[in-house]
Amino acid sequence: MRIKRGFVPIVMVLLAISLPSLAAIDIHQFDSPEKEALYKKLTGELRCTVCQNQSIGESNADLAKDLRRKTYEMVSAGKDEQFVLDFMTQRFGDFILLRPPFQNNTLALWIGPLVILIVAVFFLIKFIRRSVNDIPLTDTDRAQAEHLLERDE
Amino acid sequence: MKRYLIPFAIFVVLVVFLAIGLKLDPTYIPSPFIGKPAPEFNLPDLHNPDQRLKASDLKGQVWLLNVWASWCTACRAEHPVIQRLAAMNIAPVYGLNYKDKPEDAKKWLRELGDPYKANLVDRNGDVGIDWGVYGVPETFVIDKKGIIRYKYIGPINNRVVDDEIVPLLRKLNAEVG
Repeated sequence: MRIKRGFVPIVMVLLAISLPSLAAIDIHQFDSPEKEALYKKLTGELRCTVCQNQSIGESNADLAKDLRRKTYEMVSAGKDEQFVLDFMTQRFGDFILLRPPFQNNTLALWIGPLVILIVAVFFLIKFIRRSVNDIPLTDTDRAQAEHLLERDE
Repeated sequence: MKRYLIPFAIFVVLVVFLAIGLKLDPTYIPSPFIGKPAPEFNLPDLHNPDQRLKASDLKGQVWLLNVWASWCTACRAEHPVIQRLAAMNIAPVYGLNYKDKPEDAKKWLRELGDPYKANLVDRNGDVGIDWGVYGVPETFVIDKKGIIRYKYIGPINNRVVDDEIVPLLRKLNAEVG
């Protein structure tokens, strides 16, 4: 099939236009790259409480937009990460943090899997040891073992 | 017999955990506000925008804050319940008109009736964020000292009013402010 000359450049130009416009949801101006990085980090760590398993950075929910705006306002006013996280948890509780904090009521969440793993490995080792010991020795095995032991001495 | 006892016990524990998990409502998020002072606001009245109301103006009485919007369909379903609750005259119900166009809100109240003592306009949702609002409608009960004592997320129904809100309001009304 012959492709008309000029077709490929046009497609390339169209692709170049469409990609950035899809990626940008909000347009924010930051006066330093550090602030921009902090904004990106925070919007990735805060949970959109309406959609639950998306961060506010990924979600298109109205509340997520508002929370992004609030985050942007605080970041551009020079507030640090802890300030923004405290602001959000005071209002929406720990649930807004996608990474649950390590504290008393989340202890089981953080330690639980490790405890289960340790218990499972313990029982696995016990089980393997027992099943190995359970196999009775045949007479030839015994003779062979005795022979080896005698040779050692 | 003993062989089967341990796997069976593990199975029972799992079933109990999963059963509890099934009953939990994942959209219920415990509010960090219960027992905390109501966040301050200073908002214009829907009908008289020149008149402003502050949360601290309402100290000394038990009051309810109902967060609603004309675009919120669940609020429409909830409205008769709010009307019934307000008509009981146990405590005034204030409306927080959340991210709504004032014209739409007024039209909504004209059509469905206005049970609210006053409606406060939160045009851009900032006060909503301060109050941790994420699922309209939401209803708060604030005591005489200005402490949030109760929060309900989603539309309240008659059962919630009769079993939870009214007994709480009566109890709080009896408290010394």
